[in-house]
Amino acid sequence: MTIELALIVPRMPHPLLCPDDSEGYRALADAYAEARARIEAIQPDLLLIYSAGWVSILGHQVQADPHPEWVHVDHDFHALGSIPYRFRMDPSFGEAVATAGEARGLHIRTVAYKGFPIDTGTVTALKLLNPHNRFPASVLSCNVYSDRAETVVLGKAAADAVASENKRVVAIAVTNISHRLHSVPVPPAEDRFASLKDDEWTRKLLEILGEGRLEDVSQLARTFTAQAHADSKLKAIWWLASCAGAHNRYKGEVLAYAPVQGAGCAVVALQPDTSGAANLEFDEDDVEVYRGDRNVLDPGGAAPVDAAPTPAPAPQPVAKTAPRPARSGRVDVASDKAPKPVGAYPHARRVGDLLFLSGVGPRQAGTDAIPGGPVRDADGNPVNYDIEAQTHAVIDNVRRILEAAGSSLDRVLDVTTFLVDMDRDFKGYNKVYAQLLGGIGPTRTTLAIRALPTPIAIELKVVAAAGDTDMAALTGAARA
Amino acid sequence: MAEPHAEGTGRIVAGALAPHPPHLVYADNPPQNEPVAECGWETLRWGYERLRRNLDKLDIDVIVVHSPHWKTVQGHHVLGVPEFKSLSVDPIFPHLFRYHYDLQVDVALAEAIAEEGAASGLCMQVMRNPHFRVDYGTITSCHLTRPEWDIPIVAISSNRVYFDYNNDVGDRQMVALGRATRRAVEKLGRKALLLASNSLSHRHFTQEPPIPEDMSAEHIYHHGQYLWDMHVIDLMRRGKTRQLMAEMPDFIEHATSECKDGSLSWLLGALDFPDYPAEVHGYGTVIGTGNAIVEWQPPAAEVAQ
Repeated sequence: MTIELALIVPRMPHPLLCPDDSEGYRALADAYAEARARIEAIQPDLLLIYSAGWVSILGHQVQADPHPEWVHVDHDFHALGSIPYRFRMDPSFGEAVATAGEARGLHIRTVAYKGFPIDTGTVTALKLLNPHNRFPASVLSCNVYSDRAETVVLGKAAADAVASENKRVVAIAVTNISHRLHSVPVPPAEDRFASLKDDEWTRKLLEILGEGRLEDVSQLARTFTAQAHADSKLKAIWWLASCAGAHNRYKGEVLAYAPVQGAGCAVVALQPDTSGAANLEFDEDDVEVYRGDRNVLDPGGAAPVDAAPTPAPAPQPVAKTAPRPARSGRVDVASDKAPKPVGAYPHARRVGDLLFLSGVGPRQAGTDAIPGGPVRDADGNPVNYDIEAQTHAVIDNVRRILEAAGSSLDRVLDVTTFLVDMDRDFKGYNKVYAQLLGGIGPTRTTLAIRALPTPIAIELKVVAAAGDTDMAALTGAARA
Repeated sequence: MAEPHAEGTGRIVAGALAPHPPHLVYADNPPQNEPVAECGWETLRWGYERLRRNLDKLDIDVIVVHSPHWKTVQGHHVLGVPEFKSLSVDPIFPHLFRYHYDLQVDVALAEAIAEEGAASGLCMQVMRNPHFRVDYGTITSCHLTRPEWDIPIVAISSNRVYFDYNNDVGDRQMVALGRATRRAVEKLGRKALLLASNSLSHRHFTQEPPIPEDMSAEHIYHHGQYLWDMHVIDLMRRGKTRQLMAEMPDFIEHATSECKDGSLSWLLGALDFPDYPAEVHGYGTVIGTGNAIVEWQPPAAEVAQ
């Protein structure tokens, strides 16, 4: 259930169809061969591909024909010859990606039609990296309108599927780096970069990739696009970095870099490596769920509106904690001061005068450390832990989320508590609860359950009044 | 198919803006297309009916189509193989368009267009790979204009000059290509129908209703697009195509127009910028994009020249 290797490969057909026509094409073909050898050494369960050359409009598409077959001819480079192919896809993984994508708010579907046109880049990559179909593949499209948020969420959906399907995966971004081609054919032996600034900027990106800093390149994609002729905004890099976990800890290696009819083409291998550069400086939002920005099919019913008739709560100090509009009559809350959700859900959702919090545990924001220690070690063996410390941390996280939503702990109305060991922990939990919430007096229910998603002993589910709600009126209305 | 005219007596007998949303073929339920629809996009499909009735009165021996969905970077390409028979699956809307096509190409005219284009300084290529799959824009526009497929075609690719340079450079190339097309038609004595296979405003919805032909979900993407479309159509109806060309770069940017693929500019260049009124057969939206079916028939006096 891991990304064993990340690859960036070009989408031009020349390394496949005419590798010996220029030194550059040969270098790229040899680099493809080296990448293929590394794949075969890993023996992955799946080749997971995002292709900048497969353009979609209705959200994203995932190839799910188990054996797509055709004789492909490139629309531009038809004179180089035809490419007969029969590939081996993993339809069930495609379905898993689509399911995971929908859970994260994406519009995504599988396609399995005889004769569906697979793009030149995907055909070239699969022919060169997996010529005997030893490994099944899954291919994702590049939405023409998508920007970073949607593409990053697609990467996370792919990672969700890798985890849920328990696959060892080689993730492959099929993309040129710079995509300015010569407007007239250039004899291969005389091929050169169409733009000097494209070449200069690409070399800088490749230098960073050579240091294994994939996420840094993802963060630089907009800058690159503004300065050079990027291939599809470098969406494929956004996807790859997100799918692999948004980090810089790789052993990076640029296996080849050469012009193909003017475009900047590179083969890059990124091997996960814990000793790589770890420091991250995110300029971009780390998006978990795509909420769309279009509302085109139902503009009347789906237009974002404020949840409350009264003015919205005052902005919170940290921008990311401010409540943001959701699809209809609701406001979702996400806080970077509370632990990151482990799935596709917000920290809280406001509906009318009430705030409904998702289950909150004791993990610490940013580090995921568990105060009082985890309930089991990395091998799954039970270990001793401090329930009082965990209870303190849970209630503190509840407070942080409420404050991010413009409310506060003293406005909690109802609490449901889940304990993994009622016999062992009820007393300690009850003591801390009384200290922190007893005076507030919400209704409460405490349940024993078998396990929680992370190695914690306690989780709270909370309903609270919104910060701008008149508590007296609310409780009065309840009495009435 | 009529016999070719004597060399030098050919002419463009009509030109049409003939947009290619595959939804229209889907809704028509022709035997060549696999998916089946209940209905949909009638105002546009009825517009195509009116266009076909007009064209039936003409003597046409070749259809020349410029398609946004044969995208090329290195020059303008023309089909150069006499026959194509295969399956076209729309990569965007595969659930709507899986069309079995069988068509003939007027290779001599294709080669003549390539020669005339090259003589004008354009980079031209003749596509001679028999395995080539004809793009769905070409197939859709040709099917909707002449579903009998009994007239040979010439398909011209859409060069990405607008994207790699800018709209002005793009328009200049397309007008030159249109004039080259006209000269080739005249030299080879063809009576040609020219089709510009593009939508007007072209911002799509990124979702569709569960039933694609559910017309309760169909409308323009935004009002600004609609205003631009109506303005452009008004210019066509008043014979103000030179003004339209002058405003084309702005239209492309402001309305996200598919004219950025060059088809309409090519057509207007080939028709030498008509100052006579165009006949608008229909306007409608398809998944948010604006589409018009517009016909130009050169006046008799001009044809006689």
